[in-house]
Amino acid sequence: CLQSEETINHLFWDCPRAVNVDLQTDATLQVDISDALSERDKVKFTVHTKSTLPNFKQNEFSVVRQHEEFIWLHDSFVENEEYAGYIIPPAPPKPDFDASREKLQKLGEGEGSMTKEEFTKMKQELEAEYLAIFKKTVAMHEVFLCRVAAHPVLRKDLNFHVFLEYNQDLSVRGKNKKEKLEDFFKNVVKSADGVLVAGVKDVDDFFEHEKTFLLEYHNRVKDASAKSDRMIRSHKSKFLFSISYFYGHSPLPLSCFQTLFPVQKIEARVAADEDLKLADLLKYYLRESQAAKDLLYRRGRALADYENANKALDKARAKNKDVLQAETTQQVCCQKFEKISESAKQELIDFKTRRVAAFRKNLVELAELELKHAKGNLQLLQSCLGVLKGDT
Amino acid sequence: MSCMKRLCHETRSHDRLRRTLAVCLRLSRRLLLKMSEERDAAALSGSAQTEGEEDLFVSAMESPEAARLSAEDISPSSNGPKAEPMLLDDDPDDLFAEATEEVSLDSPERQPILSDGPSPVITPVTPVMISSRADVFDRSPDQDEDEEENRDTFDIQISVSDPEKVGDGMNAYMVYKVLTKTSLSIFSRDEVCVKRRFSDFLGLHSKLASKYMHMGYIVPPAPEKSIVGMTKVKVGKEDLSSVEFVEKRRSALERYLLRTVKHPALLKDPDVLQFLESSELPRAVSTQALSGAGILRMVNKAADAVNKMTIKMNESDAWFEEKQQQFENLDVQLRKLHASVESLVCHRKELSVNTASFAKSAAMLGNSEDHTALSRALSQLAEVEEKIDQLHQDQACADFYLISELLGDYVRLITAVKGVFDQRMKTWAKCQDAQVMLQRKREAEAKLQHANKPDKLQQAKDEIREWEGKVQQGERDFEQISKNIRREVGRFEKDRVKDFRVVIIKYLESLVHTQQQMIKYWEAFLPEAKAIA
Repeated sequence: CLQSEETINHLFWDCPRAVNVDLQTDATLQVDISDALSERDKVKFTVHTKSTLPNFKQNEFSVVRQHEEFIWLHDSFVENEEYAGYIIPPAPPKPDFDASREKLQKLGEGEGSMTKEEFTKMKQELEAEYLAIFKKTVAMHEVFLCRVAAHPVLRKDLNFHVFLEYNQDLSVRGKNKKEKLEDFFKNVVKSADGVLVAGVKDVDDFFEHEKTFLLEYHNRVKDASAKSDRMIRSHKSKFLFSISYFYGHSPLPLSCFQTLFPVQKIEARVAADEDLKLADLLKYYLRESQAAKDLLYRRGRALADYENANKALDKARAKNKDVLQAETTQQVCCQKFEKISESAKQELIDFKTRRVAAFRKNLVELAELELKHAKGNLQLLQSCLGVLKGDT
Repeated sequence: MSCMKRLCHETRSHDRLRRTLAVCLRLSRRLLLKMSEERDAAALSGSAQTEGEEDLFVSAMESPEAARLSAEDISPSSNGPKAEPMLLDDDPDDLFAEATEEVSLDSPERQPILSDGPSPVITPVTPVMISSRADVFDRSPDQDEDEEENRDTFDIQISVSDPEKVGDGMNAYMVYKVLTKTSLSIFSRDEVCVKRRFSDFLGLHSKLASKYMHMGYIVPPAPEKSIVGMTKVKVGKEDLSSVEFVEKRRSALERYLLRTVKHPALLKDPDVLQFLESSELPRAVSTQALSGAGILRMVNKAADAVNKMTIKMNESDAWFEEKQQQFENLDVQLRKLHASVESLVCHRKELSVNTASFAKSAAMLGNSEDHTALSRALSQLAEVEEKIDQLHQDQACADFYLISELLGDYVRLITAVKGVFDQRMKTWAKCQDAQVMLQRKREAEAKLQHANKPDKLQQAKDEIREWEGKVQQGERDFEQISKNIRREVGRFEKDRVKDFRVVIIKYLESLVHTQQQMIKYWEAFLPEAKAIA
């Protein structure tokens, strides 16, 4: 039954996207994912670039990239000291078709035990689910690239250009065990430090406010994201009722049931739309707020370094030993800190603007979709009632 | 009972088996009868009335009135008041005497009850039904006539309301107000209001079943007992589940009464009229589960089950075979559907819980958001989700009450229908047995011819005449019950269509209401969302 996977493995990405983030499309650099191919255990994205920048050899070109290469690009940003003062766009989540694939497999195994129409219906549902997951993962990867392309500094990054243009495999290997362990320790250190940094009251009001806000906001978004996921999952598992039983054995007009089936489909679509608008929005901002927190952490680290450098300088001056060195260090730290602070301020203001715009767009679209579906449902139900009542 | 079933498999001759079983059952019945008689005798002392429907034993504290009724009711054949001594008369050779006696007992006893008013056996609704296939949707001119008459005469409204708890603790019970509004002439007043308790309903049903089921009438089943549900109510738990339970029961009782009076024969039954009209009703003690009558009922049920396995009926009429198969299928489908509706209700409740928790979370998010307009919008979203949660809850109730209860009713109704088919089988078996008897009597007479014993010969000839009569009666009964069943099944199918249609319409209307509310909420939210600057 896995052949159904192959039938939907080729997706032409030209339908209106559920882009979470409202981005300025700039003629000098436009990036999108024009196509995607889902194979056994990996997804191949066709990254399509249109640019008037002189850096590129052509004005329009495409390359094929896999998820690991996106992660490589993201990590290269994070590890680059130059970008310490920016919110690094969060990495797209790994495409996860395991659950969906498992369900399709189980369906294939159980094919003998259900009627043909039940089987086709379930197959359609599962394929639709697979398709939805597929679309989502493509959207996430695209948003990442668009954010990078829209960022005044990051768009100039060399690695980014290589990513866009180099039409061979980047030979990016996944992190080996040692590197994964390093990452793990880095995160442990970070969270410990994070507590320290969070404890220290910042002199600058703006950053102090942002710190308190972000810490609380991030937690609340995490909670809301989890709850919305659960709500949408139980929405999906709902069904009107197994009308097929009625169908065969109750002497009611067939036309009645033929209209009730679409109502079921509408309910499923409502769940899918809510999923996109609400849950994806919250998930995305969970990641973005984490990235913003990381920025604050980096600034905090830089501040701590600066303060340490000051103390070292004072000590050196007091002992009158290695003063010049201490002065240089202090200067460097100071510059670093101020640079980060400056860009961080702008980044955080932009973050707020983006966030408000994204929420507005999605909430409005959510409300409009809910209305559209409710009205559609209402019409169907009323016509069905009309048939039933008129059939005396 | 299980060893009896094993016996069934091992024995070759079904006839012999049935005879053996009939003896065993007769003995056990007699034993129980003796037991209950002794108990009743002891019970006549004492003043306090036994309360509670689920009393484990008919306690020593019975009122004299109740005791009288139980003595009447507790009879092995549970066929209404009749002469008991006949059953204890044993013909030692003839194990079938009692079984066949039941047949003859029935018919003469039945007439006095039925001749009260227009005889229900020949109900106003039917000219003689021809034995050809009666297609439900085939509107023959006869049936049209029936419809007309029904519509004109069916002007009765019954409502069951105001459940009141009477008494305290384990002796408490609920009393319901039964209000009947009608313009029919058989009722003494236009509007009657009486108070009834659950066991009264059960008593009514058991009387009707014993009177009419063996004639092939589909007697609507009474709502089920529920020890768990009632205990909670008795103990006085004022929580949601016991309120729901009482409401469910009230609604079920109302539906039961409406179905009962919809049946043209049952509507005219004196027991039904008494139930609806008389202010005092003798307590139906025999409905208690482990009373003497209750145990006898269980024994009878087991006997019936065994009999069903052993009777191999030569079905001459394809209509019956077809219908039985149809009802089997319908039973299976309805049960499946019932189960899936119950799971739907569960899902909706789960969705409601999750929506409520999301609403709270969204409110918190709105609080922490520092952009004012967005914060306000998020709080509004939280409110909308809360309202939607309430909608989900209400919808779950609708799903449950409307659809699930209807399905449950029909699952029970189908059991009653199947019971009626079984009665026909039993009637056929009795007819067959009478024929066998007749044959044997004839053989005995032939033997006596040669033995030259004139007085015994006379007796034999008398017996032959008697059995010829019984055979004729048996054949008439069988024809009658077949006719009745055809008519009943036709009526049942028509009612089924009506019932389902009504409920589905109500359900759809509730869905419509839900969607309209949702539209209202989202329309109110949309400008808030747009106002985010």
